[in-house]
Amino acid sequence: MKSLKNHISLIIALFTVLASVQIYVAVDRTIAAYESHLKNDYSVIVVANKAFTPQEFKTMSSMIERSEPISTAQVLERLKGEMSEKNLALLKLTLPKFYRIYLNRFPTPHEINGLQKKLQKNSSIERVEGFSQTHDTVYKLMLLFKDVVQVFSIAIAAVTSLLILKEMRLWQFQHAERMNIMALFGAPVWLRSAVLFRLAIVDAMIATLILCFSFFIIDYYAILTLPLKEIGISVQLFNFINDALRSLAISLGISIVLTFTIVMFHREEE
Amino acid sequence: MDKVIVAENLSLSYKEFETIISKATFSIDAGSFVFITGASGSGKSTLLKSFYGAIEPRQGQLSVGGVKMNHIGTSKLNFLRRHIGIVFQDYKLIKEWTIEKNVMLPLIISGYTSDVSGAQVQKLLAHVKLTHQAGKYPPELSGGEQQRVAMARALAHNPILILADEPTGNLDEYSSSVIWSLLEGANTQLKTTVVVVTHHIPEGLKVPYKHYHIEFGNINEIS
Ligand SMILES: Nc1ncnc2c1ncn2[C@@H]1O[C@H](COP(=O)(O)OP(=O)(O)O)[C@@H](O)[C@H]1O
Ligand SMILES: [Mg+2]
Repeated sequence: MKSLKNHISLIIALFTVLASVQIYVAVDRTIAAYESHLKNDYSVIVVANKAFTPQEFKTMSSMIERSEPISTAQVLERLKGEMSEKNLALLKLTLPKFYRIYLNRFPTPHEINGLQKKLQKNSSIERVEGFSQTHDTVYKLMLLFKDVVQVFSIAIAAVTSLLILKEMRLWQFQHAERMNIMALFGAPVWLRSAVLFRLAIVDAMIATLILCFSFFIIDYYAILTLPLKEIGISVQLFNFINDALRSLAISLGISIVLTFTIVMFHREEE
Repeated sequence: MDKVIVAENLSLSYKEFETIISKATFSIDAGSFVFITGASGSGKSTLLKSFYGAIEPRQGQLSVGGVKMNHIGTSKLNFLRRHIGIVFQDYKLIKEWTIEKNVMLPLIISGYTSDVSGAQVQKLLAHVKLTHQAGKYPPELSGGEQQRVAMARALAHNPILILADEPTGNLDEYSSSVIWSLLEGANTQLKTTVVVVTHHIPEGLKVPYKHYHIEFGNINEIS
């Protein structure tokens, strides 16, 4: 019974580490998905007095992914009834060209400023609208969210490290007697600690299984993904191959390092 | 005759300027039965510890089974211990293992297959009259029963040397008699060298024995 209790506390500690790593990864993924969502929505409007090809825009900044002319035909169509044919033709001639420029990533406010300056260097470009005001708010909110999650997972990692350290002492105490007795009958170090390694590996696998199962439930019932989908973000919170393997590697790594530490610091008695 | 233990000017101590055994010279013949007596705190356990390498000679030479115990390395010590069977006053059984597995320990360490070691363990448990307790755990047994388990474990791997530290120190008469007859049997039938630390040499032993007495750090041969 006592050993079962120790098992459970190590499994909980390992699970907490795995869950905090997985939450961090999932949040990172969500933010990346949100960023690409924002990127698709975000564009810079350029007003120019001559026609530009997409290629010409691309040479102005490496951030520019593509550009498209904004058709003025619709506006002119609406003015048809209110203006004379002649005036309309004149307007058509003097009307500047409008372009919508899409970027290859979601820019920082600083990058928007830089882009604006670069574009305005061209004398044919009259005006660049970066919508920096709205962009700024959204961007800052996102950064804040990222920071909060980061602080949160670091705090969890710190608390769990203490938990594992405590667990380690318990294990050391609990297994010292058996390891001493085995030593008195000439068991080499690897054999003395074999039981410990086996326990550690089993615990690591159990912790990983619990993690996979919890995230499977979360994914299956779309507990978190549904509200995200509603705001236009589709993201996979748990990838059953990559994330499961990473979790297994982390928990095995921690428990094996832990066991090595116990074995190394074990002092033989007479 | 071959010597299993040879000590020359052997001094033992835990701290630098202390002496528990002082410049002792003696030898123990292979196949002999030896008693070591002495007052409590005289250094009997310490001497026994030096035989299985739990304490190194402070001065002088000690060899056990032909292996030099001065500055012995870990793998050499492990090798030596696989040929020694030790019985401790406090039994030193592994609490989370069954009686059966405890007896099997030396065989597991020596890498015997489970059918070989299983048969050996059954035989030994019958010798110590504990076949019916095989599946239990040490805390469920009485002190006498636990020491009989420890005795079976010490014999499991047919050691060349058995070291017993007050094996019957506080046992009931029945358990004591089982332990003494097993020690005698190992010595007479298997020619195992037996070294026993005790307060009191039992009467009616059939084997011839040697008797050393420790006093003021000296080891004196009585008989
Ligand atoms: N681990 C140890 N560290 C320091 N001193 C010890 C240790 N074990 C025993 N002693 C001391 O060594 C002396 C001899 O002890 P011991 O060999 O156990 O005596 P015995 O077995 O004859 O009763 C005692 O004075 C005891 O206090
Ligand atoms: Mg003693």
